[in-house]
Amino acid sequence: MRIPILKLHEYLLITIQVDLDDKTALQFQEDLLEKIHNTGAKGVVIDLTSVDMIDSFIAKVLGDVVRMSNLMGAKVVLTGIQPAVAITLIDLGIMLKNVPTALDLEQGLDKLKQELGG
Amino acid sequence: MNIQSCVEVRNEWDIVKARQEGRNIAKELGFGSVDQARITTAISELARNIYLYAGKGRIEISNLDSSGKIGLRIIASDDGPGIKDIRKVMEDGFTTSGGLGAGLPGVKRLMDEFSIDSKENEGTEIITTKWLR
Repeated sequence: MRIPILKLHEYLLITIQVDLDDKTALQFQEDLLEKIHNTGAKGVVIDLTSVDMIDSFIAKVLGDVVRMSNLMGAKVVLTGIQPAVAITLIDLGIMLKNVPTALDLEQGLDKLKQELGG
Repeated sequence: MNIQSCVEVRNEWDIVKARQEGRNIAKELGFGSVDQARITTAISELARNIYLYAGKGRIEISNLDSSGKIGLRIIASDDGPGIKDIRKVMEDGFTTSGGLGAGLPGVKRLMDEFSIDSKENEGTEIITTKWLR
């Protein structure tokens, strides 16, 4: 299973709409970095609106992909984390420190625009 | 107590299967969306531990009805190498696999009751329960 990555101007948009298994999550990590490299994208929004569970493994994969993308020079924002998912992550003790987030796709794109200076 | 579901965990797909079963049963029992997420996440952590450390094992999910209190019980068991130092694995941030070390202490916080029984070279059994409020 592959998660589609859409290019929109200088941004990449990803909406995760499947129940993520470990392999798909790791494949996504690789695909995204490859896509950043090939397109020269400056900003990435990963939308998690349809994700109803994030466990410690998926949280680690997401946190890692944000840091990896930063190393390559692209900014990543996670958007749409559901209330139940936010509560569960804090229960688990996972803060996703230094990972930029926004309420929804729209605000995520605004945040990227601001950070990238226009 | 009647067993509602038993998932043999042998690969990554079984982790997804176990947590989907858990979510369905939690929903059926009337748990709200936050507790559904807690239960699903707990199952995911337990199933992954089985896959990572024991290779294979099983996740049993059953419903409890004790004097009018409704609950969901998860039993995660394997015949793997066992846990050497249980106190250590219950510490936040302790990991031998490069993960976040949030697994078992996290599961304990997500659920209401938690017990762990492990013998070296014999296996591990974790029993954890969430009560419907």
